[in-house]
Amino acid sequence: MIQVMTNIESVPGKRIVEHFGLVCGSTVRAKNAFKDFGAGLKNLVGGELKAYTELMNESRKQALERLKCQAENLGANAIINVRFSTSNIANGAAEIYVYGTAVRVE
Amino acid sequence: MGDLIQLAVLVAIGYFVGSRIEKKHYRSIKEREKKLLCCPVVTGDDFLEDKPIRVTRLVSGSAVISTDYFKMIAGNLLNLIGGEVSVFESLLDRARREAVLRMKEEATKADIILNLRIETSTIAGRNSVEALAYGTAVYYEK
Repeated sequence: MIQVMTNIESVPGKRIVEHFGLVCGSTVRAKNAFKDFGAGLKNLVGGELKAYTELMNESRKQALERLKCQAENLGANAIINVRFSTSNIANGAAEIYVYGTAVRVE
Repeated sequence: MGDLIQLAVLVAIGYFVGSRIEKKHYRSIKEREKKLLCCPVVTGDDFLEDKPIRVTRLVSGSAVISTDYFKMIAGNLLNLIGGEVSVFESLLDRARREAVLRMKEEATKADIILNLRIETSTIAGRNSVEALAYGTAVYYEK
């Protein structure tokens, strides 16, 4: 079980006893055409595109799940130095990529 | 002629509704920033006090903010001339501040948030920016 994730080089208050190297997770997601249309209308007046915020949050959650799953398979119980990166590949679709270092802490 | 009128109407709607939405958003940002001022956020990782630590947690917040029609047209025109494109500055500012606020709201009662990182990306074909803020929230033993 992954107990803790951080984006610094250590787990505060705990000692790292083993390193497992790089782990990563990614996902590509898009919104359905109706929500896309709604966002297109919102483009006229500006403001937050809630459908897209939601989309990004969902994809981030899924990418993190995959990251954790990979680290668990290696026998890690923590992930340090987690980084997010986003790139867009087509209209309305986004790729979220998460990577970090799997470690075991005491 | 008809096209011009249509454009003018769209720009006018974009300008009036857009600036109202922006003002409202700024008001809410400022209000919440004041409320969350007590939780320090730093971009480094060596700001820990010598106290026993209860929990460490990765926290994040994000916001997707769209341009309005007026900004889009004005931005394109300013692009021709070059120099500062001020209409887009407020857009990025809003997205980033909102993202940081949401991250802080996720980590209420945290004693400190370490190593804040802000990522910005655009969503293709939508004239909008996405800001993601993430960091490590640390809770000391009480």
